[in-house]
Amino acid sequence: MSFPRTLSKATLFAAAALLALSAAGAANAQSATEIQLSYKDKKFDPAEITAPANTPIVIKLKNLDAKAMEFESKTLKVEKVVAGASDATINVRAQKAGRYEFFDEYNEKVARGALVVK
Amino acid sequence: MLAALIIVFREVFEAGLIVGIVLAVTRTVPRRNVWIGGGLLAGILAACVVAIFAGALSNLFAGMGQELFNATILSVAVVMLTWHNVWMARHGSELAGEMRAAGQAVVEGSKSLLALAIVVGVAVLREGSEVVLFLYGVLAGGDDRAASVALGGFAGLALGAAICMLTYFGLVRIPMRALFATTTVLIALLAAGMAAQAAAFLEKANWLTAMDNVMWDSGWILSDSSFLGRALHTLIGYTDQPTEMQLVVYLAILAITFVLMRLYGTPQKAVASSPG
Repeated sequence: MSFPRTLSKATLFAAAALLALSAAGAANAQSATEIQLSYKDKKFDPAEITAPANTPIVIKLKNLDAKAMEFESKTLKVEKVVAGASDATINVRAQKAGRYEFFDEYNEKVARGALVVK
Repeated sequence: MLAALIIVFREVFEAGLIVGIVLAVTRTVPRRNVWIGGGLLAGILAACVVAIFAGALSNLFAGMGQELFNATILSVAVVMLTWHNVWMARHGSELAGEMRAAGQAVVEGSKSLLALAIVVGVAVLREGSEVVLFLYGVLAGGDDRAASVALGGFAGLALGAAICMLTYFGLVRIPMRALFATTTVLIALLAAGMAAQAAAFLEKANWLTAMDNVMWDSGWILSDSSFLGRALHTLIGYTDQPTEMQLVVYLAILAITFVLMRLYGTPQKAVASSPG
């Protein structure tokens, strides 16, 4: 019956570790790179965007079409519905250098773009 | 048409799995169909409301409304699932103690039906609003292929329902005694996975920035966008690039469930010492 006790101790320990690390995390906060992106007639403009490596990225997406779209990137782990004729903010965590594709899930074949991290 | 089928199926797949599990868990509870059906219907209605107000919802909390909304409803589901497990821990002992009373004990299980109906509603609501937006966009667009896309969409819905039935019939083949243990574990993992997803949404909203380092990348073994990866993502919360926070939250929910089940369940000793 000591197993639950061990587990509650483990939970407490995890909570303490969490608090300690959150203090460390706050100190590490970096300023993000902001990128403007628009979407019209099932096309991203610009189709390719760039950002520096190892800094958080904020994508400001304007959906100029009347229909809703869903901004998605498997490699960036982003999935966001953007209503017709409206704006959205997408936070992307700091990435390593590379090419990350994104697309509109509702029009996956034609509506594609990429984020190049250098 | 095929593209529409895939999009809709991807969305309803998760809800299908969850509804299937809930149906199996409540299989012997009378009037469960009314509750589960109610949860399903409420989820669909709520999904339509969310779809209509998608723009307004997004704009809340400095553009992070969607993320916070998802984190909130996932947290509600986590609480309901955990509560269900803890509540059943009490009954599980009664079940083990005297098989004759089992039927009666399960009848009282209807008390936890509300919790599970809410879980069903949340599962449908989460993915449903995207399906509604997609299908509405196609139908309102009025292009020539609208009919075929809609057909594909509804075929996707039917496939999601098929997943639900497969999950259900797979689970109910398990004998009653083993079913209880199986669903307890399934529900605990489901809750932990949902909690980790809620943490991921808070991270995307920048509300949770602590411990946001990625622990590992197992995408080369199993990508969480593959079919199996998505199934495991729903069932046990698999993700190929978890952050430290997601892992801590995941383990914490499992630990909390275990401790609460031990604390509030009928003491195991009494059952073990009774002549069987």
